[in-house]
Amino acid sequence: MRYLPHTPEDLESMLKVVGVKSLEDLFDVIPRDSRRTGNMDLPAAMSEWELHDFMSGLADKTAASPAYKLFIGAGSYEHHIPATVAHLSSRSEFVTSYTPYQPEMSQGTLQAIYEYQTLVSRLLGMEVANASMYDGATALAEALLMALRITRKKRLAVSSLIHPLYRRVIRTYLGPTGAELIELPRSADGTTDFTRIKELPDLAAVALQSPNFFGCLENLSIAAELIHKQNGLLITCFTEPLAFGLFKNPGSQGADIACGEGQSLGIPRSFGGPGLGMFASLMKYVRSMPGRLVGLTKDQEGKRGFVLTLSTREQHIRREKATSNICTNNSLCALTSAMYMASLGGSGLRGLARLNYDKAQYLQSALKKAGFKITFTAPAFNEFVVQFPSGFKTVHDRLLEKKKIAAGLALAPFYPDLPDHYLLCVTETKSKEDLDALVREVQS
Amino acid sequence: MKQTIGNTGLVLQEPLLWEKGRKGRSGFSFPKQDVPSAVLSSEWTGPGPDFPDLSELEVVRHYTRLSTWNFSVDTGMYPLGSCTMKYNPKINEKEAGLSGFQNAHPLLPSRLNQGALQLVYELEQFLTAITGLDAVSVQPTAGAHGELAGMLLIYAYHKSIGSKRSKIIVPDTAHGTNPASAALCGYRPVPVKSNEQGILSVESIAQAMDEETAGIMVTNPNTLGLFEENLKQISEIVHAKGGLVYGDGANMNAIMGIVDIGKIGVDIMHLNLHKTFATPHGGGGPGSGPVCVRKQLEPFLPVPRVVKKNDQYMLSEDFPQSIGKLHAFYGNFGVMIKAYSYIRSMGAADLKKASQLAVLNANYVKERLKDVFHLPYDRPCMHECVFTDKVQQANKIATLDMAKRLMDYGFHPPTIYFPLVVSGAIMIEPTETECKEDLDHFIEALRAISKEAEENPDLLRQAPFSCKVKRLDETAAARQPCLAG
Repeated sequence: MRYLPHTPEDLESMLKVVGVKSLEDLFDVIPRDSRRTGNMDLPAAMSEWELHDFMSGLADKTAASPAYKLFIGAGSYEHHIPATVAHLSSRSEFVTSYTPYQPEMSQGTLQAIYEYQTLVSRLLGMEVANASMYDGATALAEALLMALRITRKKRLAVSSLIHPLYRRVIRTYLGPTGAELIELPRSADGTTDFTRIKELPDLAAVALQSPNFFGCLENLSIAAELIHKQNGLLITCFTEPLAFGLFKNPGSQGADIACGEGQSLGIPRSFGGPGLGMFASLMKYVRSMPGRLVGLTKDQEGKRGFVLTLSTREQHIRREKATSNICTNNSLCALTSAMYMASLGGSGLRGLARLNYDKAQYLQSALKKAGFKITFTAPAFNEFVVQFPSGFKTVHDRLLEKKKIAAGLALAPFYPDLPDHYLLCVTETKSKEDLDALVREVQS
Repeated sequence: MKQTIGNTGLVLQEPLLWEKGRKGRSGFSFPKQDVPSAVLSSEWTGPGPDFPDLSELEVVRHYTRLSTWNFSVDTGMYPLGSCTMKYNPKINEKEAGLSGFQNAHPLLPSRLNQGALQLVYELEQFLTAITGLDAVSVQPTAGAHGELAGMLLIYAYHKSIGSKRSKIIVPDTAHGTNPASAALCGYRPVPVKSNEQGILSVESIAQAMDEETAGIMVTNPNTLGLFEENLKQISEIVHAKGGLVYGDGANMNAIMGIVDIGKIGVDIMHLNLHKTFATPHGGGGPGSGPVCVRKQLEPFLPVPRVVKKNDQYMLSEDFPQSIGKLHAFYGNFGVMIKAYSYIRSMGAADLKKASQLAVLNANYVKERLKDVFHLPYDRPCMHECVFTDKVQQANKIATLDMAKRLMDYGFHPPTIYFPLVVSGAIMIEPTETECKEDLDHFIEALRAISKEAEENPDLLRQAPFSCKVKRLDETAAARQPCLAG
């Protein structure tokens, strides 16, 4: 086996140094009754070439763009990824290093993550961002736990227009805490109905998603004012951070914690993971924050350098009193997103966000013209909800099977009161011809 | 210092991203604007982020230069204890990069994702075969996430039988994530000391275990690199009082094909695919922390689960007792591809061989260094060995000084000051992929450093000399945090 370097001579001399006769004897301390009797039941080893053939076969049995035209986002977005980003993020020095516990030997990762924290803070309009969480859903769950810690209250209001799968994850995380989770209903225009916030006393936080699951922008400033009046926090989450290239960011609208999924910033969809949990807050809450933080400092000669810092919040120091149990995060994905943001630059991010908006608007009006109903009227970014005629499911299935087109995501499994409603996503990866073809096909 | 592989060559400077570039540059190939510009109300728009504008080459040089300031497994030996920094095979990266995997959307119907689902299903099967437990969910995305899944499983199990328990036993050698994960489920960790042999004694657990206690979290082999020989009896005690045994599988690399986890009484265990199964650590993640369980706990595993019916793979939510979802989708699929590729490349015999060689390498290092460094537990170790700075303290040289000096010799330092039960711990995990010559170089470097500690201790206190920066002021960083530029 090419990963195992020991020759028979090596083995002989090493076993001699250790003072045992065979490799088996190394395990003499393990009681007999704890040992495995037979071999592990695994398929026979493959050569590199056999493996690649086999894996290619599996990959071919998975529907993927560009062969499929997927008009589905819903938390996992198709964007062009520059060759440079894929190339640079594959450099072994980044890929095969550990968490930067020894800063003198890890300045590459540390400076890159410090830059990531800075870019994320600027993108979200927040004061501080951490070095990443697992994904958008777990970032939101941690944000809610953080709000419970800061406010010492037990009640949370969560918009029903937060990604339905994120809401399931937060229920899992919050289950043992005894915190009360209240869902805020939606208004007719596709945004969250805030009226209940006033009626609910003692809220630790209100959590909203913007753009929300239907793609609509929430009026975060109004929610901020309502929740701040009762000394609770505004937590905003997102699944498509590209929107902040064009629209107001959460920080400028009063968010105390902003978190979400950063996959759309240069990370492949990869069947849902790994993505990137982005997490940012106001500086006054930094000591309650979960996750790692990289800080600027100087070395003995006064030279600029970076270290992991404020680690007294973390599990390896604080153990059961830590702000979270997180250790491994999604660092390489954070680095990748920083490379992507650096490639786009400020002007590029704005231009790309605008292009996404324009394409989504084009498809919206073309569908409207074709007689379909755009359900919600609130402003949207690159996703929106369409009501198709009843029985559209057969058309949807046929397009998927025969034309390799996914005409949106059916909302009924998540919102039973919205049968025949589909969530469509349009990004820069779809040409005008693709959009025109979609409009034609859904009418066929 | 004799000639070493330590770098004394050219190190290029590189400013921060926003200290570079000019407004109007771009490193992105813009798609055509082939649709009209739509109406946009200024009520909703913002100014956009203040990012620097860089050309493509500026971006490439920036990150290429930064990368050269990192030490990695691909540049040299990285013997971080309990981190299993083994070689990360390149073929696995290639497989994870296959278009059908990278461009798969998680919310398409299962019939269109058969390849991806087959991979997840089979990986879970492989992990049951490797551990000896009965069922697996690969949804947790890191070790601590797997621990959280495990604690939620224990919580759900006790709830299902109407038992209310408030405590959990956590040995003092445990990784910090253990008590932190237990606390997330409202459990109060009860610390238990290991005995003079560095392992848990049956008596101490018998004393700590009661009917208020939900279970025990045990890392086996433990963080001293020692096999918990009494675990089977300990499990019987915990089970007799209605508790469950959680095994932290971070150190599975020592015992693949050798120990049957089911037989030692473990009910739940997480694995770290980014340790044992050779997926890269990425400077801190992403990882994957599958949770493996005994049959009776299978109904509580996270959903959705991948099931196979009539040769079709599908995602099933039909597990009413499940703890729920832990990740927006199905976990870190991209990491699973690499672990799956590794297992298929190795097969059963070479996985077992990997564990044997990992244990051989650790014992070899231990034997060849124990005459110069204090070895607190002089017994056969598993995949890692733990020394201290007791001998070198005579010259007022601490573990930290020796760790920093090791950098000048071209090695990443071992894990230091952990486990907490050993003062000044130096925890070395060479892994099986290091060859004898490289181990010998590493051993010689540490022996040379111990000599330097006697002859020129100041040298060690000022080390490292050949890194991009000298020792950094961590106190200042924490006192006046500057976390963004």
